[in-house]
Amino acid sequence: MKKKSENLGRIKGFSIQFLPYSEIRDLNSNERIRKILKIVLGNNILILQGKLTAEEEARLIGDTMAMIGYVKNFKGIELAVISGNGNEGFFGRMKKGIVNSLSGGDLGAITIIGPATIVKEIKRNPKKIELLLNR
Amino acid sequence: MVIKIFRNFFKRIFSNIFKNKKEIKLGFYGPPNAGKTSLANRICKDFTGEEIGKVSKIPHETRSIQFKERVEINYKGKTIIFKMIDTPGIATRIDYEKFLKYKIKKKEAKKRAKEATQGVIESIKWLDDMDLVVIVLDSTENPYNQVNITIIGNLVARKIPVLIVANKVDLKKSDIKKIEAAFPEYEVVGISAKYGKNLEEFYESIFKLSKKIK
Repeated sequence: MKKKSENLGRIKGFSIQFLPYSEIRDLNSNERIRKILKIVLGNNILILQGKLTAEEEARLIGDTMAMIGYVKNFKGIELAVISGNGNEGFFGRMKKGIVNSLSGGDLGAITIIGPATIVKEIKRNPKKIELLLNR
Repeated sequence: MVIKIFRNFFKRIFSNIFKNKKEIKLGFYGPPNAGKTSLANRICKDFTGEEIGKVSKIPHETRSIQFKERVEINYKGKTIIFKMIDTPGIATRIDYEKFLKYKIKKKEAKKRAKEATQGVIESIKWLDDMDLVVIVLDSTENPYNQVNITIIGNLVARKIPVLIVANKVDLKKSDIKKIEAAFPEYEVVGISAKYGKNLEEFYESIFKLSKKIK
């Protein structure tokens, strides 16, 4: 049987996994990042409901870098967060803040993370997001 | 009452003198090949006569943190002493095969990739130690890149003042408005580090932001 890491680099067999925010809400930062990396290293594109904090995103990038060269064929990740544009105005932001604090996270956001061997690029602009895959 | 006014006056003067003598840690952050070292070199050369690091067309030329201590920048009669900190470009992916395109040998490319990954880790660690950060973006590239948002998010969380520089305005493809639209809450200064264009506005913004350091 082939190891999982040997399959990295092939486009065949990848899957898209959706992770509801409830799956990471009660985890600490280390556990969240570990869970995300486990999914991505399993040749999956992860679509996460909500988003990580800026510190967690930076740690995810740092941990990803530490794995390059140590996990066979792993070249990093592609990451994008789709969220509100921040132009909601004072009351809009206040409403969003209350909703976020009740739900424990920004559930209106979506985070896409995929292994660089599969995801060539995530192109985004304010209006759309494109996921370009390697062939 | 009069004594109190005098006391406050002298206190303000002395605190300003000592505040200015302290080095401000000025970090240059951004994605690879945006021109961080070119800008840091330009400033260092203007005020010390020496450069901070080597520049190249090959991404990840800066793979470790580079410093230049006590750079005294004079602008409109005022002087601030900076410790310049040039950081390796932050990326989420590094593939040694990309370096082969620049006619680098495989062994050297692999070494470069490994050093580049360490550089990214180092850059992230250094975020905690900055007093003021200049985010250098390539104005010919799409600014809606998660790395840029992540860096800014981390600086905001640490209450570190941020200036966004749209570099390479000398190029035809340059689009500062796109950067301004992507980061409406921040001041964006368009410059060309290569040709030293619009550095006056850059220094003015840096001096203005220095007052916001906590």
